[in-house]
Amino acid sequence: MRFEDEPVPGYPLPILPGHTSPGRFERVLRAGGFAVTTELAPPDSADPDEVYKRARVFDGYVDAINATDGSGANCHMSSVAVCALLTRVGYAPIMQISCRDKNRIAIQGDILGGAAMGVCNMLCLTGDGVQAGDHPQAKPVFDLDCVSLLEIACTLRDDHHFQSGRRISFAPRVFLGAAENPSALPHEWRALRLAKKVAAGAQFIQTQYVYDLPLLRAFMDQVEALGLFDKVYILAGVGPLRSAKTAEWMRKNVPGMHVPDAVIKRLAGAQDQAREGRNLCVDLIQEIREMRGISGVHIMAYRQEESVAEIVDRSGVLRGRSPWYPGRDTSRDATFDAPSEAPQVSQRTAS
Amino acid sequence: MYSVRLWSVRHARGLNACYRGFEAFLMRMHGLFHALGYERIERPVAAVEKAVKGALFDCRMCGQCVLSSTGMSCPMNCPKTLRNGPCGGVRANGNCEVKPEMRCVWVEAYRGSQRIPGGIEAMRQVQFAIDQRLHGRSSWLRVVRERHAERSAPVEPAKGSSPKAVP
Repeated sequence: MRFEDEPVPGYPLPILPGHTSPGRFERVLRAGGFAVTTELAPPDSADPDEVYKRARVFDGYVDAINATDGSGANCHMSSVAVCALLTRVGYAPIMQISCRDKNRIAIQGDILGGAAMGVCNMLCLTGDGVQAGDHPQAKPVFDLDCVSLLEIACTLRDDHHFQSGRRISFAPRVFLGAAENPSALPHEWRALRLAKKVAAGAQFIQTQYVYDLPLLRAFMDQVEALGLFDKVYILAGVGPLRSAKTAEWMRKNVPGMHVPDAVIKRLAGAQDQAREGRNLCVDLIQEIREMRGISGVHIMAYRQEESVAEIVDRSGVLRGRSPWYPGRDTSRDATFDAPSEAPQVSQRTAS
Repeated sequence: MYSVRLWSVRHARGLNACYRGFEAFLMRMHGLFHALGYERIERPVAAVEKAVKGALFDCRMCGQCVLSSTGMSCPMNCPKTLRNGPCGGVRANGNCEVKPEMRCVWVEAYRGSQRIPGGIEAMRQVQFAIDQRLHGRSSWLRVVRERHAERSAPVEPAKGSSPKAVP
């Protein structure tokens, strides 16, 4: 999807009527496109090139890239820094904000700082407990929860003041999101919780991994019954499973992860399990695409990021469009001094 | 105590009714409280509140009680102190992600809310960020004080101010 008013990367798009951000991601969703987002695992490093290297594998296949915020309670480069690096070259990052590590003073500062660095999308999360990560001895903060965080972010953007009431002179122009897990208990409450997030200001939702489509369908029916289809864009979370063993491990160890036995059986029965995992992901995306109320997919391929291009390509969800990436329109971007070399053509033609 | 806490959720309806009666009684005591001075009675009342609610709900004395909106399952017992519903990490058996041996506070809250008339509706209300300064203070006195202040000078509550005060 190419926007006629698309400027030199690094500069915001004009904000259209009814939009809240100058970003491409909101544009794609509001234009009715089927959006594809993915997740970048921030490096355990202070080298910006590692961030660019990790982003480049998605070039041409995703509309926005989530920069996780200490996902799984493990320590990595901060989300706000990763996003700031990505916006320098024009990527559309989704800055994840978790309530686990920062109180409201730090979080509100990050929202302003991120927006100042050109971040247009922010995903408000509660965050995994510290027990899950590499620093279980750390103090969990949880001054806010994701709903109160959304409410505060909305106040900053729409009412131009901090939670304290103190005015800000220029509001962050951001597209706000939240997560939901259709597979977690209590099932009956999940759609109601989503409604709560929408009421607090969520404009898009990225779900946790979904491997159980009947469960997703039931969830979507509830969401529709609550009249939320035209209030929020829902991106279903998917991802390739590397093997039946990985799937078993994730089911046991990743909080809130639900993998049906049938999926594990399908993987276990395949000769090339990693390939079957990708096939399964493609199949899921194709089925999910047909579901009413779904506006896109969020592909989480931790440690198999290079497979995202293949999965998106084979699923055909982009319908031939090529989301913007640095260097896509070489002639237009020639003047832009990108800190990384232009992406290699071979990456774009991956199977 | 954990088992008492679960008992309280099972008896959410009765406990909620009890509280409603108690709150009405407290509201009538406003004159006396005012005469004695709210700040002067704060500590003894908070001590009683802590003893009663601590025994029944494992109350953490956040000072902004929302038990009526959470099916009598205290959300401050959630290791993430979530006040707006369960996180995505609830285990398949309904237990907590952080404390695997404990029932998810919000799975319990959902059960309790179904027992309270209007409980589910109450649970759907957005709870704003907690005021950490109120920790350890009496929620009972705060409710009475605020309700009376509202009655004498009805003002629109500002968006994002304090959470809806119940128990």
